[in-house]
Amino acid sequence: MVNKGETLGIVGESGCGKSVTALSVLRLIPEPGRIVSGHIWFKDRDVASYSREELREYRGNDVSMIFQDPMTSLNPVLRVGFQIKEAMVAHERFDNKTADERVVPMLQKVRISDPKERAKNYPHQFSGGMRQRAMIAMGLSNEPDLLIADEPTTALDVTVQAQIIELLRDLNRDMGTAVVLITHNLAVVASLCTRVIVMYAGRIVESGPTRQIFNSPQHPYTWSLLQSIPRIDSTQHDKLLTIAGLPPDLSNPPPGCLFHPRCRFRVDRCSKEEPPLEEVGPEQAARCWVLMKNALAGAEPVR
Amino acid sequence: MSAQDSHVKQSPAYEMALVRVEDVVKHFPIGTGLFGGQAVRAVDGVSFEVRSGETLGLVGESGCGKSTLGRVIAQLQPATAGHVFFRDTDLVRLHGEKLRRMRQQMQMIFQDPYASLNPRMTVGDIIGEPLQNFGIARGKERERRINEVMRTCGLNPNFIRRYPHEFSGGQRQRIGIARALVLNPTFIVADEPISALDVSIQAQIVNLLEDLQDRFKLTYLFIAHDLSVVRHLSDRVAVMYLGKIVEIADSKEIYLNPLHPYTKALLSSIPIPDPDLEAQREPILLKGEIPSPVNPPTGCRFHTRCPIAQFPKCSEEEPPLEEKAAGHRAACHFAGQL
Ligand SMILES: Nc1ncnc2c1ncn2[C@@H]1O[C@H](COP(=O)(O)OP(=O)(O)OP(=O)(O)O)[C@@H](O)[C@H]1O
Ligand code: SF4
Ligand code: SF4
Ligand SMILES: [Mg+2]
Repeated sequence: MVNKGETLGIVGESGCGKSVTALSVLRLIPEPGRIVSGHIWFKDRDVASYSREELREYRGNDVSMIFQDPMTSLNPVLRVGFQIKEAMVAHERFDNKTADERVVPMLQKVRISDPKERAKNYPHQFSGGMRQRAMIAMGLSNEPDLLIADEPTTALDVTVQAQIIELLRDLNRDMGTAVVLITHNLAVVASLCTRVIVMYAGRIVESGPTRQIFNSPQHPYTWSLLQSIPRIDSTQHDKLLTIAGLPPDLSNPPPGCLFHPRCRFRVDRCSKEEPPLEEVGPEQAARCWVLMKNALAGAEPVR
Repeated sequence: MSAQDSHVKQSPAYEMALVRVEDVVKHFPIGTGLFGGQAVRAVDGVSFEVRSGETLGLVGESGCGKSTLGRVIAQLQPATAGHVFFRDTDLVRLHGEKLRRMRQQMQMIFQDPYASLNPRMTVGDIIGEPLQNFGIARGKERERRINEVMRTCGLNPNFIRRYPHEFSGGQRQRIGIARALVLNPTFIVADEPISALDVSIQAQIVNLLEDLQDRFKLTYLFIAHDLSVVRHLSDRVAVMYLGKIVEIADSKEIYLNPLHPYTKALLSSIPIPDPDLEAQREPILLKGEIPSPVNPPTGCRFHTRCPIAQFPKCSEEEPPLEEKAAGHRAACHFAGQL
């Protein structure tokens, strides 16, 4: 589902299943895994309950994953350079010597100054942004075809965030690495991704080309999200549109459309039947009985 | 939606300074060993005022000293040097009962709604604790006040005996806000109150903060690293870099006409949630790392990363924070030239 060389953004709230979806979208859930009504079960456990350690085991040679918080992903008592080398050796793509030689150029690639000296540092001697870049260097060291970045910039300042986005863009362009960006930051998605998947409560509620999703969102959740964020380029002060209520408790989900308790456009049917994910335009799909084109036109839904 | 700017405040007291910060310094000594006798210069000589009824946004990179400054102003940490005036009273010189009375009027809301609430206390006790600490209301009156402030913050008073873990992130932040409001303060330092929350919940809290300000004539110091939110909420914005304020101006002015190269880089780095506009944006990418606050660069602290630094002037002379246009101060020898 992720095309070669593409940049895909997965957007949604925390705990909505974004990370798990990234894995299943990529068919990374191995054989005994099966999907039962939206949950992904592996060895009789919901993958949503897997720890990062367990998820990391899925990491292979062709796919690399970088996580939100580099401090939990880097070992504090080992030098950064050594850890990058170990990542390469562990995946048996490079031998010990080649791996060693690749460390400094990798750090350079992620724009760490004095890479030779810095390779000898321990993680705590790096700033937050540098640690994040070291993680990315580690993720890239095996020349993966696909890089999954899980909230790679949330903990970072905008200036560092801009550097990381720039870096991901370059990698995608120069090395053809496909990038899956998991984030709640719509602006970052607009900046980097060509295609977007919007998730709500463990379900894909909308997907399509970025431009289309931003200009003509069809699912009320996507539409509301876009209305609820203040924009740096806005010139007037309007109250932010809010989405009332809270995301559902997934152990006790509401009937029908999972978004209906919070949806301002719901109709009777919404609390009874769950809508399917259906095509709503060229390459765009949404899971909604009403759709924004009808809701905003004030028209009654036809179904 | 109305095109009118509904947020302009026109109270006659608007221009009056409620809080005035003068040359405030906060150093954290760091022990022995390599850095023996040295200190983290978290806040290193900062002066500005917060006007009555306004929201002053405070932005800057991680570790630049925003939270420290907020805590010093709210009197949660003593300043190493300098003065914090609240309505012309120097809080730094106050002690005992007088200081307590002043502190009642300034409250703080924290970033992490998970860590900042005591998990073993009920919501009612958390919100009511300041009443106790300041010996204000007891028994029925206390209960009444807690109920009232819970309702004000959009919390169901029936939940008064529940514990924080039974609430979602957004609701916990409402508890933190209710606790800050229970003493009827005039001034609130909000330290990244929404950064830990989900996107769809952030807007609820932002709107709540705005409503409360209108209703209770509150003055805010709003600390954040999300400049889009700061722009939305603030009347004026102060930009901090390595323990110093480098620019301060009206919110509109600073976004349209940033004078300090750091502010300019910061603003150019913010992505816009619109793919068409994003395609045209050209961020000014800063080189290098944020220098250590233990050993900040000489002269202008930004000179190690500044795209227009001129040497030796920038590395030798520290630029003062001075008025470059009406109500617009910046600390740069070459302000407005990037
Ligand atoms: N209690 C303390 N002891 C020693 N150093 C401290 C202490 N509190 C803060 N610092 C240091 O002071 C500097 C400023 O920290 P502060 O928390 O004020 O930054 P901030 O601007 O709020 O950053 P962030 O955006 O990450 O919250 C940092 O270098 C920090 O490590
Ligand atoms: S199906 Fe109904 S409740 Fe669900 S998003 Fe569409 S309109 Fe809203
Ligand atoms: S004083 Fe010099 S180094 Fe500092 S911001 Fe201005 S131009 Fe850059
Ligand atoms: Mg802080």
